[in-house]
Amino acid sequence: MEEIANLFHGFSVVLQPFNLLVMLVGIMLGVIIGVLPGLGGANGVAILLPLTFSMSPTSAIIMLSCIYWGALFGGAITSVLFNIPGEPWSVATTFDGHPMAQQGRAGEALTAAFTSSFVGALFAVIMITLVAPLVAKFALQFGPAEKFGVYFLAFCSFVGMSKEPPFKTVAAMMIGFALAAVGLDSVTGQLRLTFGQTELLNGFDFLIAVIGLFGIGEILLTIEEGLSFKGGAAGINPAVVFKTWAELPRYWMTSLRSCVIGCWMGISPAGATPASFMSYGIAKRVSKHGDRFGRGEIEGVVAPETAAHAAGTAALLPMLSLGVPGSPTAAVLLGGLLIWGLQPGPLLFVEQKEFVWGLIASMYLGNVVGLLVVLTCVPLFAAILRIPFAIIAPVILMFCAIGAYTVHNSTFDVVMMLVFGVVGYVLKKCNYPLAPLVLAIVLGDKAEEAFRQSLLSSQGSLGIFVSNGLVSSIMALGLIALFWPLIQNAFTRLRTRPAI
Amino acid sequence: MSENFEGTRGAGPGQRPVEMGVAVAIALFALVVIAGSLQVGVGWGAEGPKAGFFPFYVGLVILGSSIINFGAVWSERRNDQLFAEWGQLGKVMSMLIPTAIYVALVPWIGIYVASMLLIAVFMRWLGRYGWGMIAAIAVGVPVVTFIIFEKWFLVPLPKGPIEELLGF
Repeated sequence: MEEIANLFHGFSVVLQPFNLLVMLVGIMLGVIIGVLPGLGGANGVAILLPLTFSMSPTSAIIMLSCIYWGALFGGAITSVLFNIPGEPWSVATTFDGHPMAQQGRAGEALTAAFTSSFVGALFAVIMITLVAPLVAKFALQFGPAEKFGVYFLAFCSFVGMSKEPPFKTVAAMMIGFALAAVGLDSVTGQLRLTFGQTELLNGFDFLIAVIGLFGIGEILLTIEEGLSFKGGAAGINPAVVFKTWAELPRYWMTSLRSCVIGCWMGISPAGATPASFMSYGIAKRVSKHGDRFGRGEIEGVVAPETAAHAAGTAALLPMLSLGVPGSPTAAVLLGGLLIWGLQPGPLLFVEQKEFVWGLIASMYLGNVVGLLVVLTCVPLFAAILRIPFAIIAPVILMFCAIGAYTVHNSTFDVVMMLVFGVVGYVLKKCNYPLAPLVLAIVLGDKAEEAFRQSLLSSQGSLGIFVSNGLVSSIMALGLIALFWPLIQNAFTRLRTRPAI
Repeated sequence: MSENFEGTRGAGPGQRPVEMGVAVAIALFALVVIAGSLQVGVGWGAEGPKAGFFPFYVGLVILGSSIINFGAVWSERRNDQLFAEWGQLGKVMSMLIPTAIYVALVPWIGIYVASMLLIAVFMRWLGRYGWGMIAAIAVGVPVVTFIIFEKWFLVPLPKGPIEELLGF
């Protein structure tokens, strides 16, 4: 029960007044980021990352992870009230959440959404508390080949699970790897792919890519769709909250199922968005009131919100224990670790106990605080959305530019941000997924290093990746994930054949 | 899409040509990556795989998948979906062009003054606000940002001649 002691130590770290303040600020900023179009978890965290350089790593990660929880909560507000998903993972919440608001049950829908989010996150955090140390302990035995295997598995699951065409996912991912390779080669110290441009010496920073692709790209998409915010008033009062809470236990089965789906999709880097859709779809099929879904069924709010939040939280498990982030936001947090001078991966659990358990404790507390904040401040956040786009858009642009500049104090990065923004807009319109691209920029150097170290020890033979039981099973899992859609097809064909 | 754009409604570049263009652009990017890798060597050197080894194969995979993507778009001839309507693209441009000018101005006049101009232009052009309101927000937001970044967090942002005149 060493973990429990560690967790309590973590709580003592989190409960320091400064860390509590940082947590509250993080949650508030996060909800605002989640509510605003064009600002999401990933680029919100990226923009604010430079502000944490002067903090201790523990306070910094508490603030940034709380921004993430806040953004997860915030997405639901816009979905329910305005029928505009603030975040991609809250699209499924609009299906039943907005009809409820139109029927004057906005308070009920919001309470259900926030509470479900909280339940999903809590489930995932408990899972992280129990599982992450074990995974980390196990991963300590990994050599370069196994490490590469884990990266391979992560990226293969992206290809196999994404709803975009597989070769578009591969192309996007490999573009990320290529961008990561630009600049100084960490193994040989040689310059590569810079073509004599001094600006490219240090390569492409993933933070710039995140701010450009997700921030600027998203604003361009928003203005193209010509969004205007028209929505119902948000009335939440304690009576509605308690009434909804009394009703929610009835959907415990939906909740539990959504938690499991969310955790699974979060650990394998499919992410919160597919998790919310999948959970909604299954709930609709299984529920007794399935035919009423889409017309304001509270269960249709519970299912996607629980899964999205569970997935968003579970995405931190592989980041903490293996150094492989499960979502773009987790990737940005991982980048933060590198900047603060921490080496992500299993050793964190041995060398940085205070950091790891402080973070885990802050997940418990952060979600409680988050729930209270959103339940009490909904009208305030809804008011932010009523700020006209002509004012909010340039302000968001300004913050993106500031975020991009502060990464390296370079105005060239601001230009790159704009380029990434245009690229992100076009790629998104053409169904190229952006998450694998960003993840590849973050992990590119590490994956390459693991790959080359493995080859070095095997004198260039690819046989090293099947040289022992552990690495071959990881690689085999990767291949299964890669070809999952084909395997699934084959199965359904086998099953339907006798019927014909 | 509630707004009407005279004469341009419903017209615009098709999804298919744009997707083909994107596939070609990605293939060109792959060729650049491959060329750059070849420059530094893609073989096996004294210290193991050379610097270009990994990006070389990455480049090959990008090239391969963009050819497949191109083929996939090429074969779906029936697709007459629009990429976006001209009116929508116009809106995107009305956002993009001021932003590009903004980004170009930042190194010269600093981020604060550039942001004031950006906010003012947007509010006037897209929002048609009165000058009083514009002045309040366009000056207020950057000033608050200045206090937060330069004073509280001690993060210096690019400044121009006007800040210098004011003694910062």
